[in-house]
Amino acid sequence: MDIKAYIALAVTLFTIGIIGVLVRRNAIIIFMCVELMLNAVNLLLVAFSKMHAISPAANVLPNAASDAQVFVFFIMVVAAAEVSVGLAIIVMMYRNTHSVDVNFLNRLKN
Amino acid sequence: MNNVLQIAWLIPILPLIGFVVNGLGRKQLSKGMSGIIGSGVVLASFIISVMVFMQVKSGHAEVLHYFDFINVGGLNIGFDLKFDALSALFLLIITGVGFLIHVYSTAYMHDEDSKDFAKYFAYLNLFVFSMLLLVLGSNFVIMFIGWEGVGLCSYLLIGYWYKNNNYTDAAKKAFIMNRIGDLGFLLAIFWLIARLGSVHYDTVFSAASLARLSATDITGITLLMFVGATGKSAQIPLYTWLPDAMAGPTPVSALIHAATMVTAGIYMIARSNALFSLAPITQTVIIVIGMATALLAATIAIKQNDIKKVLAYSTVSQLGFMFLALGTGNYVAAVFHVLTHAFFKALMFLGSGSVIHAMGGEQDIRKMGGLHKHMKITSITFFIGCLAIAGIPGFSGFFSKDEILAGAFGHGKILYGIALFTALLTAFYMFRLYIITFTGKFRGTHEQEHHLHESPAAMTIPLIILAILSVIGGYIGVPEVLGGHHELAAYLSTVVKSVEHHLDHNTEYMLMGLSTVLVLVSIFFAWFRFKNYQPENESKGLGRVLENKWYVDEIYQSVIVNPLRSLSVFLNNVIEKKGIDGLVNGAGKAVNYGSRQLRWLQSGQVGAYVLLMVIGILLLFIIQLFM
Repeated sequence: MDIKAYIALAVTLFTIGIIGVLVRRNAIIIFMCVELMLNAVNLLLVAFSKMHAISPAANVLPNAASDAQVFVFFIMVVAAAEVSVGLAIIVMMYRNTHSVDVNFLNRLKN
Repeated sequence: MNNVLQIAWLIPILPLIGFVVNGLGRKQLSKGMSGIIGSGVVLASFIISVMVFMQVKSGHAEVLHYFDFINVGGLNIGFDLKFDALSALFLLIITGVGFLIHVYSTAYMHDEDSKDFAKYFAYLNLFVFSMLLLVLGSNFVIMFIGWEGVGLCSYLLIGYWYKNNNYTDAAKKAFIMNRIGDLGFLLAIFWLIARLGSVHYDTVFSAASLARLSATDITGITLLMFVGATGKSAQIPLYTWLPDAMAGPTPVSALIHAATMVTAGIYMIARSNALFSLAPITQTVIIVIGMATALLAATIAIKQNDIKKVLAYSTVSQLGFMFLALGTGNYVAAVFHVLTHAFFKALMFLGSGSVIHAMGGEQDIRKMGGLHKHMKITSITFFIGCLAIAGIPGFSGFFSKDEILAGAFGHGKILYGIALFTALLTAFYMFRLYIITFTGKFRGTHEQEHHLHESPAAMTIPLIILAILSVIGGYIGVPEVLGGHHELAAYLSTVVKSVEHHLDHNTEYMLMGLSTVLVLVSIFFAWFRFKNYQPENESKGLGRVLENKWYVDEIYQSVIVNPLRSLSVFLNNVIEKKGIDGLVNGAGKAVNYGSRQLRWLQSGQVGAYVLLMVIGILLLFIIQLFM
């Protein structure tokens, strides 16, 4: 399949993630949107890895394909750690405010 | 034989010790003690100076190195003292005359509080120390230290009665005028360092060094040095501080503003004669300035009514004479005149102090008169001083002044004419002063007349000693034409290379005869004019101009001081307040205003922050991709 399709899908997912982060106030939704962005990037990395593995450019960048795969695993591990921390923060926030609305955090403003 | 020079460092140190003791112990010491300490240290210095003089009399010169003063890179300035014929002569003048004036001061200043009395002696000792450093230094930097020191002491002593505003103004004027000159001297030192890398006399005046200096260098350096000399020695255009300096106590005027400090410029040029002899342009400048100063000050002195002001202008005039001698290359005559002038001018200042003391502080000669019968010693010694300064044959002033006049004659008839005319004016105004003050009827109040008395012995004995010196002081320089050998010239020959003036004996006899006759005529003229003196109300025309000192102070005020003040006001109001302050305050205000506006970005909305972040990232992408 053409690489452009993967790029289009990844960009779409990423944009959805950004818009989600920007417009939603629910902390859990924002958190999911961040995950969405991470996975959009993962998807793109895997697609490029595959492309490099089968293309003649492999001679130029012999490690490009395997590097991308390793990168993806790294991102997944880091994301898993981040999820645990992030969810913990949200739980704490809920305990304090009985809400997961991020606009409640405005109270630091003044 | 060398023993004396081993303790020679005591000469300047002793007055310094006196300064420290009197200065720190001014609240504890009694008047007698501070007087004894103050005079004693100077006497001790004088005794050592005499021994040093005996040592170097034969032309022996020695530079003693004490420690390195400045040692940076290639520049090495040691704290060295030089003992040679010239410095030994000045040592004798400073400590000898200085001692007499210290003794005189113990009586003159007796009405002061014991605290102020000790302060006075502390300043006086500090002055002697600085002056000794000035003449003893073996390089220009040490000389400059002394040079600044005497300026400081002059300031302190002129403003001694600091509660009077006019006196402190006079002190400030003296200090500032001196500073202007000092800058010239300092620049000359820098120039020397830049060209030769050394300021030691022996190095600078050596033939090898002089050969390395271009004509421009020599002219520039000597002119800058002369600027320094005009400040310290009160020459045009910086002379106006000296008459005002009479605000200080009279013994101070005698010591600082007649005998020693004001001759520092002459010492400096005589010391640097090797340089000045190579700079004909500078010599011409010195002749013109010296002659102009001598004439101008003499004309002003004719119309002054303050006894000390007359003497002050007379000092300025005599200093002009000395510079005339320096300009004609007649360095020995200049030093000779410094010596004799130190005697007779110190004598006359102390005499005037004695008069002021008797008059209870009155300085206006219009209110004096007939003082001879009340204070005979003062009157007679003052008369001797007048004879000496007028140049009556047999008195010291005759020999030194005649030598200067002969040198001027060798340089041109016109110069001689002006110099002779100035000498006549000198005789005229000195005898005007004497006749108005000491003869005729007393014109003061009855209480003053009742109060008139001869001064105590501590004041009259220095007067008598100085009077004797004023008579015999000239005999160390009897010219060949009168059957003498001119011991002074022989004595100074190792240090000072004077130009010989070749006048045949008949010409010299004629010149001496001419000046003597004319001086006598002008004395008799003064006698007839002032023997029945009555204070006149208003002088007109030239007399009024002279009374107002040619309006020089007023001219300086309007040409230099007022424009400078307007400029300062302008700079203060416009550049400082609007420009500099505007810039500084503007920076503060701009930051303040900017922060106020930027504050609204910190909304506290997480979404807004994220939006800004995304916009930022997008911008970076756009820059990365399209620029």
